[in-house]
Order: sequence, then C-alpha cells, then structure tokens
Amino acid sequence: MTELLIRESIGEAAPGSATAQPVAATRRERVVRALRFLGRRPGLVASIVFVVLVLVAAFVPSVLAPGDPNVGVPADKLQAPSAAHMFGTDYLGRDVYTRVVHGAALSLQATVIAVAVALVVGGLLGLLAGFVGRWVDEGLMRLVDVLMAIPAVLLSLALITALGYGTVKVAIAVGIASVANFARVMRAETLRIRQSTYVEAARSVGTRWYVTLRRHVLPNAAGPVLVLAVLEFGLAILAVSSLSFLGYGAPPPAPEWGSLIAEGRNYIAASWWLCAMPGFAIAATVLSVNRISRALDGEWSRAR
Amino acid sequence: MAGYLVRRVALAIGVLWAAFTVSFVVLYLLPGDPVATMASGGLDGEPMSPAALDALRARYGLDQPLIVQYGTRLWDALHGNFGASIQNGQDVGAAIREALPPTIQISLAGLAFAIVFGGAVALVATYTSVRWLRQLLMALPSLAVSLPVFWVGLMLVQLFSFQLGLLPSVGAKGPESLVLPAVTLGLPTGALVAQVLAKSLSDVLDEPYVVTARAKGVGRVAIHLRHALRNAALPALTVFGYVVGNLLAGSVVVETVFTRPGLGRLTVAAVGIQDIPVVQGIVVFAAAVFVAVNLLVDLIYPVLDPRIATGAVV
Repeated sequence: MTELLIRESIGEAAPGSATAQPVAATRRERVVRALRFLGRRPGLVASIVFVVLVLVAAFVPSVLAPGDPNVGVPADKLQAPSAAHMFGTDYLGRDVYTRVVHGAALSLQATVIAVAVALVVGGLLGLLAGFVGRWVDEGLMRLVDVLMAIPAVLLSLALITALGYGTVKVAIAVGIASVANFARVMRAETLRIRQSTYVEAARSVGTRWYVTLRRHVLPNAAGPVLVLAVLEFGLAILAVSSLSFLGYGAPPPAPEWGSLIAEGRNYIAASWWLCAMPGFAIAATVLSVNRISRALDGEWSRAR
Repeated sequence: MAGYLVRRVALAIGVLWAAFTVSFVVLYLLPGDPVATMASGGLDGEPMSPAALDALRARYGLDQPLIVQYGTRLWDALHGNFGASIQNGQDVGAAIREALPPTIQISLAGLAFAIVFGGAVALVATYTSVRWLRQLLMALPSLAVSLPVFWVGLMLVQLFSFQLGLLPSVGAKGPESLVLPAVTLGLPTGALVAQVLAKSLSDVLDEPYVVTARAKGVGRVAIHLRHALRNAALPALTVFGYVVGNLLAGSVVVETVFTRPGLGRLTVAAVGIQDIPVVQGIVVFAAAVFVAVNLLVDLIYPVLDPRIATGAVV
C-alpha cells in the first residue's frame, strides 16, 4: 500500500526537481520566500510545530511534563481530563499526559530504528540491484516480490517469533518488513542515474566504479529515497504501536504509545481517555509526518 | 493465451516456494536454536532440561543438518503438511482451517464496507463541483490510513457499545457483532480503494468518449455511473491482491480488539508462545492467498478488458 501511496507523488517529484534550477537568490529573498511558502500553508506549520514538540518529548520529556510517569497518586485514580490532569489519570492515579509525553521516547526510538534498518538494508539492496544489474538484479527483485507477497504485519510477527520481545526487536522486525519498498525505489533511481550523461562521462574519464557509485549515483538517488523514508516514518509509527499494542514491545510499566492504549483497553467502558489520548498522539504524529513528507516531495520546488 | 497462463502459474508457484524459503530462514535459521526458543514458552515458560530438549529436537527433526531439514519440510509442505503445533500437537493445516471461517466472515464484511465506503468517497469526490466538499473527501483517505487500526476499533467500541449501547463490543454472536469489526477492518482498505478509484475516475472523465457522451446530452449522473465507473473500476481491480492481504493482516489486530476467534487470534497466540510451525503455516498461507488473488486478477483482467486479450492499441 505504501508503494501505491507514494508512486504517484514520486512520479510528480522527478520532473519538478529536475526543472528546479538553483536560482541565485540573496539570503533575504530566500527568507521571504520561505515565509510566504509557510504562510500559505498553516497545516504544514502546525505539523512542523507538532513534530518539534514530539521530538522535545522524546529527548527532554521533563520540559513538557516534569512529573514521574511511573508514579501515581492512588487517591486520584481514573479521573477524567481536567485542568489538573490534562489527559486524565489511569487506574493507579498516574497522569496520562505525563505518560504520553514520556512514551514518545520509546515509540520514536523504535520508529527511528525501524526506518533506519529499512533505509540501509533496502537502499543497499536496491543500489546493488540497480548498479550491478543482470542476474543480481533479477535475483534481488524476485526476493523483493516475495517480501511484498507476505503482508508486512505477518512478516514482522514471524520475525518477532524468531527474535523475541522488546522495543528494539519490534523495531527491527518492522524495519525488515518494509525493506522491499526502499529496495524498489532505490533500484529505480539507480537505474535512471546509471544511464545519465554524467555517469557516462565519469566512466569515460576512467573513474573507478566505487567512486562513481559514491560520488555520482548515491547523492543523486538519495532524494526520492529520503522522501520515502519520511513517509515510511509515519507507517512505522503505526506498525510499531500496533505491535506494542499486541504486547510485543516494552514490558510494563514503561510507557509506550501502543502499550498505553492496550493498558487503557481494560477500562474503556468507563474511562475513554485512557485509550483516546495516546491514540490522538499517534494519529497526530503520523498526520504531521505525512504532511511534511508531502511538502518535501517537490511542493517546495513547485511553489514559485 | 496458453503461454500467458503457464507463465503466470509458474511465477505464482515460484513466489510461493520463495515465501516458504523466506519463512524457513526467518523462523528456523534466525533464532539459532529453534527448540530452545520454542521450549522457553515465550515470556513466562519453565526452562526445560537438556535431555528433554534433545528429545524435542529429535522429534521435530531439528538434529538433522539444515539442508536436510529444509528438504524434509519443503517436501512435507508440498503435501500440505506444515507439521504440528508445538503447544497442543494439533496439525497446523487443521488449525488454520478451523480458524478460517470467522476471519473470512469479517474479511468479507470488511471488504463490503471498504468497497461501499471507498466507492462512495471516490464517486462523490469526482462528481461534486462544491470545492470544499471535494477537498474534504479527497483528504479523507489519507486521514483514514493515518489512524492506528486498533485505536479506531477501541474508539468505535467506546462510542457505539458503551456510550450509545447500540452494538456488542466483543464476541462473534449474531450479525450485529460483525458491524464494528467490519468497519474497523474496512476503513484503511476503503481508503486505499477510494484513492485508486478517485485517481482512475478523474483520468477516465477526461477521455474523449466521455466528452462525446456529454456532447450527446447524456446526464452527468449517467456519464459518471454508466460510462466512467465501468472503465475506472478496472485499474482498481489490480490492487485487489493488496486489499485482500490488508484484510488478512488487519484481522490480527481487529480480532484482538474485538476478542473474536479467527486466524488473527491464532497468529497472536502462536507468536506469543513462539509456536514456530503455526507461524510458518500462517505466513505461507497468507502468501498463497495473495498469490492466488493476483493470479485470479491477472486471468480475469483480459476477460473484462478485451483490449488486452486482442492486443489492440490502447
């Protein structure tokens, strides 16, 4: 599905970025252009602000929520959202807002590892397939076809069966399951660049193949792959939180967005906020990341 | 046509064999010692004595060299035998067959919802000339795929079961228990259908024959439903394999949220106790379904679109 969602946008991006000539602009002009670009897109600004907040929550959670996420006041248990507890409290009287803020670290860590695994493994496979060609290409792409035939969730679950539980293992499982997308995009980019005139020129002046790969192919292929990485980031948040909802992630009481929802599930009849609030955090993060990925994907160069 | 058929079937079998191999590598090679993994019983199992481990190893043929193991397992799998569950000794094929009917139920109900929801969104979004409505509907699919499926399920339960008391929250009794799981399962799939259909509808509406129909004085609704939709539905058919794969994968989460029996629950239980044969059986089964659906779409496509069968210039 990822592939479907992005194919179109990448198709649009390629000509867009190709025609975007670097215009010699003064710093002031650039700032004005950036401000105008953002001013016309309040949704994008909100997305950036939210992602920054999530990053702050992940690295220095005490700035946003000074309390201890694992200590509660039993007398205040299961309170609805109010001024004192923005997101309410759970069955031990712990503040849900504090737990959501502190949960960002684990959720984000898992997501970053997942995307990094997918980017590195998928990128290398795609680069190899596109650059070497022939039977290597054929073999690797058949492997990618097979990975696409197994639903990502099931592939992740198979990997978890083999690797065991834990945040990092879940992250690796999610990453491996999305290798196929990166391999395909990277291969397509490498094939496109390999036929370009500057690669031919490099070869004709006797540049070694690994230098060509590093100096010419890799930097030019990186763009679409990085856009995919941002998009894949949103999907990885969803996949990681699903798996931690199913109970394969961090053991309690560590807060993690998916497992917070799983915990709240037992109290859903009377205390809706326990499930709702962490879910809003996940949904808002995914929406923001997707919005930013759309902006990176050629919206900037198309806007004049 | 015969050559096309043979090539497609051969490709499908190849993908299936490779899926078996990938799952073998992941499940039997990656853990190093699958028996120790399985015997640990997941998180809270009793460790076994070395002698008992050896006996278990011999029983599952894991004391053989890897290549022999692989050959034996592949040979057995070709005969439809994926071994027995570690937990209760039940035949994996039988366990999957047993778990399948409820999953098929919610998958079909989810598919129906996805088609109705996705179709309606795509049709209205391409039909309406009200700008804000069009933009809203076009934004809906990307919103729907950004929400965690399990969370949507829980929110629906909270609203319709506990606040309004309209529908049961858990279990698999009666048709009304199917509604919430079907909506939860069908929402992301419906979003995919909406995106693909809206794209192909707006492409088709620019075709000359639509202009001709309009010039003839055919009404907008009739053009949309009778002329455009039939041709626009064809590209949407190509994602059917993904749709079915999505539904199967979604059942893992949805069946957990709604405490329903089925393939998803079987998967979660098997992963929880690291029941390797069951997990492999399910992975290969899912790949087989995906491959079969894609094969079917490939075969039906020329029938629905005669331009492909006759090789006419499109």
